Amino acid sequence: MTTQTAKTTLSATKIVSLAFAAVLGVAIISITGHVQAGALHDAAHDVRHATGFPCH
Amino acid sequence: MLTRLLVSGLFAGAAAGLIAALLQLYFVQPVLLHAELYESGELVHFGAEAVSTHQDLGGIDPLRDGLSVVFTMLTYTGYAFILLAGMAVAEMRGAVITGRSGLIWGLAGFVAFHFAPGFSLSPEVPGVAAADVFARQVWWWATVLSAGVGLWLIAFGRNWLAWGIAAILLLAPHVIGAPEPDTFTGPVPTEIGALFASRAFGVGMVAWMLLGCFAGYFWQREGARIDATQAA
Repeated sequence: MTTQTAKTTLSATKIVSLAFAAVLGVAIISITGHVQAGALHDAAHDVRHATGFPCH
Repeated sequence: MLTRLLVSGLFAGAAAGLIAALLQLYFVQPVLLHAELYESGELVHFGAEAVSTHQDLGGIDPLRDGLSVVFTMLTYTGYAFILLAGMAVAEMRGAVITGRSGLIWGLAGFVAFHFAPGFSLSPEVPGVAAADVFARQVWWWATVLSAGVGLWLIAFGRNWLAWGIAAILLLAPHVIGAPEPDTFTGPVPTEIGALFASRAFGVGMVAWMLLGCFAGYFWQREGARIDATQAA
Protein backbone atom coordinates (compact mmCIF):
# COMPACT_ATOMS: atom_id res chain seq x y z
CA MET A 1 0.00 0.00 0.00
CA THR A 2 2.73 2.41 1.00
CA THR A 3 4.76 1.42 -2.07
CA GLN A 4 1.73 2.05 -4.28
CA THR A 5 1.33 5.59 -2.95
CA ALA A 6 5.04 6.30 -3.33
CA LYS A 7 4.96 5.10 -6.93
CA THR A 8 1.96 7.24 -7.84
CA THR A 9 3.52 10.34 -6.26
CA LEU A 10 6.78 9.65 -8.04
CA SER A 11 5.21 9.38 -11.47
CA ALA A 12 3.22 12.59 -10.91
CA THR A 13 6.48 14.35 -10.00
CA LYS A 14 8.07 12.85 -13.10
CA ILE A 15 5.31 14.10 -15.37
CA VAL A 16 5.55 17.61 -13.90
CA SER A 17 9.36 17.54 -14.27
CA LEU A 18 9.19 16.38 -17.88
CA ALA A 19 6.55 18.94 -18.77
CA PHE A 20 8.53 21.69 -17.04
CA ALA A 21 11.74 20.82 -18.93
CA ALA A 22 9.91 20.70 -22.26
CA VAL A 23 8.02 23.98 -21.66
CA LEU A 24 11.25 25.66 -20.50
CA GLY A 25 12.95 24.47 -23.70
CA VAL A 26 10.14 25.83 -25.88
CA ALA A 27 10.20 29.14 -23.96
CA ILE A 28 13.96 29.54 -24.46
CA ILE A 29 13.72 28.79 -28.18
CA SER A 30 10.81 31.23 -28.51
CA ILE A 31 12.86 33.99 -26.90
CA THR A 32 16.12 33.36 -28.75
CA GLY A 33 14.52 32.46 -32.05
CA HIS A 34 11.09 33.99 -32.46
CA VAL A 35 10.21 37.04 -30.35
CA GLN A 36 10.32 40.06 -32.68
CA ALA A 37 11.08 42.78 -30.07
CA GLY A 38 13.68 45.13 -31.56
CA ALA A 39 16.68 44.74 -29.24
CA LEU A 40 16.20 40.98 -28.94
CA HIS A 41 15.87 40.61 -32.69
CA ASP A 42 19.06 42.59 -33.33
CA ALA A 43 21.06 40.70 -30.70
CA ALA A 44 19.95 37.29 -31.96
CA HIS A 45 19.86 38.27 -35.64
CA ASP A 46 22.85 36.28 -36.93
CA VAL A 47 21.93 33.22 -34.87
CA ARG A 48 18.38 33.25 -36.19
CA HIS A 49 19.61 33.26 -39.77
CA ALA A 50 22.27 30.63 -39.16
CA THR A 51 19.90 28.36 -37.21
CA GLY A 52 17.12 28.57 -39.79
CA PHE A 53 14.52 30.40 -37.69
CA PRO A 54 12.15 32.67 -39.62
CA CYS A 55 13.73 36.13 -39.25
CA HIS A 56 12.39 39.62 -40.18
CA MET B 1 14.27 13.92 -11.98
CA LEU B 2 13.97 17.66 -12.56
CA THR B 3 17.51 18.30 -11.30
CA ARG B 4 18.82 15.54 -13.55
CA LEU B 5 16.99 17.00 -16.57
CA LEU B 6 18.12 20.57 -15.90
CA VAL B 7 21.75 19.78 -15.05
CA SER B 8 22.21 17.46 -18.06
CA GLY B 9 20.47 19.98 -20.31
CA LEU B 10 22.61 22.89 -19.16
CA PHE B 11 25.88 21.01 -19.62
CA ALA B 12 24.93 19.47 -22.97
CA GLY B 13 23.37 22.68 -24.30
CA ALA B 14 26.28 24.88 -23.27
CA ALA B 15 28.90 22.52 -24.72
CA ALA B 16 27.11 21.82 -28.01
CA GLY B 17 26.00 25.47 -28.26
CA LEU B 18 29.55 26.75 -27.86
CA ILE B 19 30.81 24.41 -30.59
CA ALA B 20 27.83 25.36 -32.80
CA ALA B 21 28.60 29.06 -32.26
CA LEU B 22 32.28 28.67 -33.18
CA LEU B 23 31.42 26.64 -36.29
CA GLN B 24 28.81 29.22 -37.27
CA LEU B 25 31.22 32.11 -36.78
CA TYR B 26 33.82 30.43 -38.95
CA PHE B 27 31.68 28.87 -41.67
CA VAL B 28 28.34 30.72 -41.74
CA GLN B 29 29.01 34.27 -40.55
CA PRO B 30 31.34 35.26 -43.45
CA VAL B 31 28.66 34.14 -45.93
CA LEU B 32 26.04 36.17 -44.02
CA LEU B 33 28.27 39.27 -43.94
CA HIS B 34 28.94 38.88 -47.65
CA ALA B 35 25.18 38.73 -48.31
CA GLU B 36 24.65 41.86 -46.20
CA LEU B 37 26.90 43.83 -48.56
CA TYR B 38 24.31 43.11 -51.26
CA GLU B 39 21.35 43.62 -48.89
CA SER B 40 22.62 47.11 -47.99
CA GLY B 41 23.26 47.97 -51.64
CA GLU B 42 27.00 48.38 -51.11
CA LEU B 43 27.47 45.72 -53.77
CA VAL B 44 25.07 45.33 -56.70
CA HIS B 45 24.55 42.00 -58.41
CA PHE B 46 24.26 42.35 -62.23
CA GLY B 47 25.10 46.05 -61.98
CA ALA B 48 27.12 47.98 -64.52
CA GLU B 49 30.38 46.40 -63.37
CA ALA B 50 31.23 42.82 -62.46
CA VAL B 51 31.71 42.43 -58.69
CA SER B 52 34.65 40.48 -57.26
CA THR B 53 33.73 37.46 -55.16
CA HIS B 54 36.50 38.44 -52.74
CA GLN B 55 35.33 41.15 -50.37
CA ASP B 56 36.60 42.56 -47.09
CA LEU B 57 34.08 41.20 -44.61
CA GLY B 58 35.38 42.99 -41.54
CA GLY B 59 36.45 40.01 -39.42
CA ILE B 60 35.36 39.55 -35.83
CA ASP B 61 32.99 42.08 -34.22
CA PRO B 62 33.31 41.41 -30.45
CA LEU B 63 29.85 42.65 -29.40
CA ARG B 64 27.91 41.25 -32.33
CA ASP B 65 29.72 37.91 -32.38
CA GLY B 66 29.75 37.68 -28.59
CA LEU B 67 25.97 38.05 -28.54
CA SER B 68 25.74 35.37 -31.24
CA VAL B 69 27.74 32.97 -29.03
CA VAL B 70 25.47 33.65 -26.04
CA PHE B 71 22.27 33.23 -28.06
CA THR B 72 23.51 30.06 -29.77
CA MET B 73 24.36 28.52 -26.38
CA LEU B 74 20.92 29.51 -25.08
CA THR B 75 19.17 28.10 -28.13
CA TYR B 76 20.96 24.77 -27.86
CA THR B 77 20.17 24.64 -24.13
CA GLY B 78 16.51 25.04 -25.06
CA TYR B 79 16.84 22.22 -27.60
CA ALA B 80 18.59 20.11 -24.92
CA PHE B 81 15.71 20.42 -22.43
CA ILE B 82 13.20 19.25 -25.05
CA LEU B 83 15.50 16.45 -26.27
CA LEU B 84 16.14 15.24 -22.71
CA ALA B 85 12.43 15.21 -21.87
CA GLY B 86 12.00 12.89 -24.87
CA MET B 87 14.99 10.75 -23.84
CA ALA B 88 13.65 10.42 -20.29
CA VAL B 89 10.24 9.26 -21.53
CA ALA B 90 11.91 6.75 -23.86
CA GLU B 91 14.09 5.46 -21.02
CA MET B 92 11.01 4.86 -18.83
CA ARG B 93 9.64 2.78 -21.70
CA GLY B 94 12.81 0.68 -21.85
CA ALA B 95 15.13 2.51 -24.27
CA VAL B 96 18.84 2.73 -23.39
CA ILE B 97 20.13 6.31 -23.32
CA THR B 98 23.89 6.76 -23.63
CA GLY B 99 26.26 9.13 -25.35
CA ARG B 100 26.40 6.73 -28.28
CA SER B 101 22.66 6.26 -28.68
CA GLY B 102 22.43 10.03 -28.18
CA LEU B 103 24.04 10.52 -31.60
CA ILE B 104 20.93 9.21 -33.34
CA TRP B 105 18.69 11.27 -31.02
CA GLY B 106 20.71 14.30 -32.07
CA LEU B 107 20.34 13.46 -35.75
CA ALA B 108 16.58 13.07 -35.27
CA GLY B 109 16.49 16.38 -33.39
CA PHE B 110 18.30 18.05 -36.28
CA VAL B 111 15.72 16.68 -38.71
CA ALA B 112 12.80 17.80 -36.53
CA PHE B 113 14.03 21.27 -35.53
CA HIS B 114 16.22 22.30 -38.43
CA PHE B 115 15.95 20.19 -41.56
CA ALA B 116 12.18 19.61 -41.68
CA PRO B 117 11.20 23.31 -41.42
CA GLY B 118 14.20 24.21 -43.61
CA PHE B 119 13.08 21.79 -46.33
CA SER B 120 10.35 24.27 -47.33
CA LEU B 121 11.52 27.43 -45.53
CA SER B 122 15.18 27.30 -46.52
CA PRO B 123 17.70 29.06 -44.26
CA GLU B 124 17.54 32.67 -45.45
CA VAL B 125 20.42 34.98 -46.13
CA PRO B 126 19.61 38.58 -45.13
CA GLY B 127 17.72 40.45 -47.81
CA VAL B 128 15.68 37.62 -49.31
CA ALA B 129 12.00 38.02 -50.04
CA ALA B 130 9.82 36.18 -47.54
CA ALA B 131 6.20 35.95 -46.45
CA ASP B 132 4.89 37.52 -43.22
CA VAL B 133 7.17 36.53 -40.35
CA PHE B 134 4.32 35.51 -38.02
CA ALA B 135 2.83 33.16 -40.62
CA ARG B 136 6.24 31.58 -41.14
CA GLN B 137 6.75 31.16 -37.39
CA VAL B 138 3.40 29.40 -37.03
CA TRP B 139 4.29 27.12 -39.94
CA TRP B 140 7.77 26.56 -38.43
CA TRP B 141 6.40 25.43 -35.05
CA ALA B 142 3.70 23.27 -36.65
CA THR B 143 6.30 21.58 -38.85
CA VAL B 144 8.71 20.98 -35.95
CA LEU B 145 5.91 19.44 -33.88
CA SER B 146 4.65 17.34 -36.75
CA ALA B 147 8.13 16.09 -37.72
CA GLY B 148 9.02 15.42 -34.06
CA VAL B 149 5.92 13.29 -33.49
CA GLY B 150 6.49 11.60 -36.86
CA LEU B 151 10.05 10.61 -35.99
CA TRP B 152 8.97 9.40 -32.56
CA LEU B 153 6.36 7.14 -34.20
CA ILE B 154 8.96 5.76 -36.63
CA ALA B 155 11.37 5.00 -33.77
CA PHE B 156 8.90 3.65 -31.22
CA GLY B 157 5.81 2.68 -33.25
CA ARG B 158 5.22 -1.05 -33.58
CA ASN B 159 2.93 -1.39 -36.55
CA TRP B 160 2.19 -0.04 -39.99
CA LEU B 161 -0.57 2.23 -38.69
CA ALA B 162 1.99 4.14 -36.58
CA TRP B 163 4.51 4.26 -39.43
CA GLY B 164 1.83 5.35 -41.89
CA ILE B 165 0.77 8.20 -39.60
CA ALA B 166 4.47 9.10 -39.24
CA ALA B 167 4.89 9.37 -43.01
CA ILE B 168 1.80 11.61 -43.24
CA LEU B 169 3.06 13.83 -40.41
CA LEU B 170 6.46 14.20 -42.05
CA LEU B 171 5.02 14.96 -45.50
CA ALA B 172 1.94 17.05 -44.66
CA PRO B 173 3.62 20.42 -43.86
CA HIS B 174 5.43 20.36 -47.20
CA VAL B 175 2.44 19.18 -49.21
CA ILE B 176 0.34 21.95 -47.61
CA GLY B 177 3.25 24.29 -48.24
CA ALA B 178 5.08 26.98 -46.31
CA PRO B 179 4.08 30.65 -46.50
CA GLU B 180 5.77 32.09 -49.59
CA PRO B 181 6.38 35.66 -50.75
CA ASP B 182 4.32 37.05 -53.65
CA THR B 183 7.40 38.22 -55.52
CA PHE B 184 11.11 37.49 -55.37
CA THR B 185 13.13 40.59 -54.56
CA GLY B 186 16.39 39.21 -53.16
CA PRO B 187 19.44 41.22 -54.28
CA VAL B 188 21.93 38.55 -53.14
CA PRO B 189 23.64 36.29 -55.75
CA THR B 190 22.23 32.75 -55.73
CA GLU B 191 25.73 31.37 -55.15
CA ILE B 192 25.86 33.09 -51.76
CA GLY B 193 22.31 32.02 -50.86
CA ALA B 194 23.00 28.39 -51.75
CA LEU B 195 26.28 28.29 -49.81
CA PHE B 196 24.55 29.88 -46.82
CA ALA B 197 21.81 27.24 -46.79
CA SER B 198 24.18 24.29 -47.09
CA ARG B 199 26.55 25.71 -44.45
CA ALA B 200 23.65 26.39 -42.06
CA PHE B 201 22.38 22.82 -42.47
CA GLY B 202 25.87 21.32 -42.16
CA VAL B 203 26.75 23.18 -38.98
CA GLY B 204 23.27 22.45 -37.59
CA MET B 205 23.67 18.72 -38.19
CA VAL B 206 27.09 18.53 -36.54
CA ALA B 207 25.95 20.61 -33.56
CA TRP B 208 22.75 18.61 -33.09
CA MET B 209 24.57 15.26 -33.20
CA LEU B 210 27.01 16.55 -30.59
CA LEU B 211 24.05 17.84 -28.55
CA GLY B 212 22.43 14.39 -28.62
CA CYS B 213 25.70 12.70 -27.68
CA PHE B 214 26.38 15.12 -24.81
CA ALA B 215 22.76 14.96 -23.60
CA GLY B 216 22.88 11.15 -23.49
CA TYR B 217 26.24 11.19 -21.75
CA PHE B 218 25.30 13.74 -19.08
CA TRP B 219 21.91 12.08 -18.55
CA GLN B 220 23.71 8.79 -17.75
CA ARG B 221 26.33 10.49 -15.60
CA GLU B 222 23.82 12.54 -13.60
CA GLY B 223 21.69 9.41 -13.11
CA ALA B 224 24.68 7.47 -11.76
CA ARG B 225 25.64 10.38 -9.50
CA ILE B 226 22.13 10.71 -8.08
CA ASP B 227 21.91 6.92 -7.52
CA ALA B 228 25.26 7.00 -5.71
CA THR B 229 24.14 9.90 -3.49
CA GLN B 230 20.90 8.13 -2.60
CA ALA B 231 22.67 4.84 -1.85
CA ALA B 232 25.19 6.56 0.43
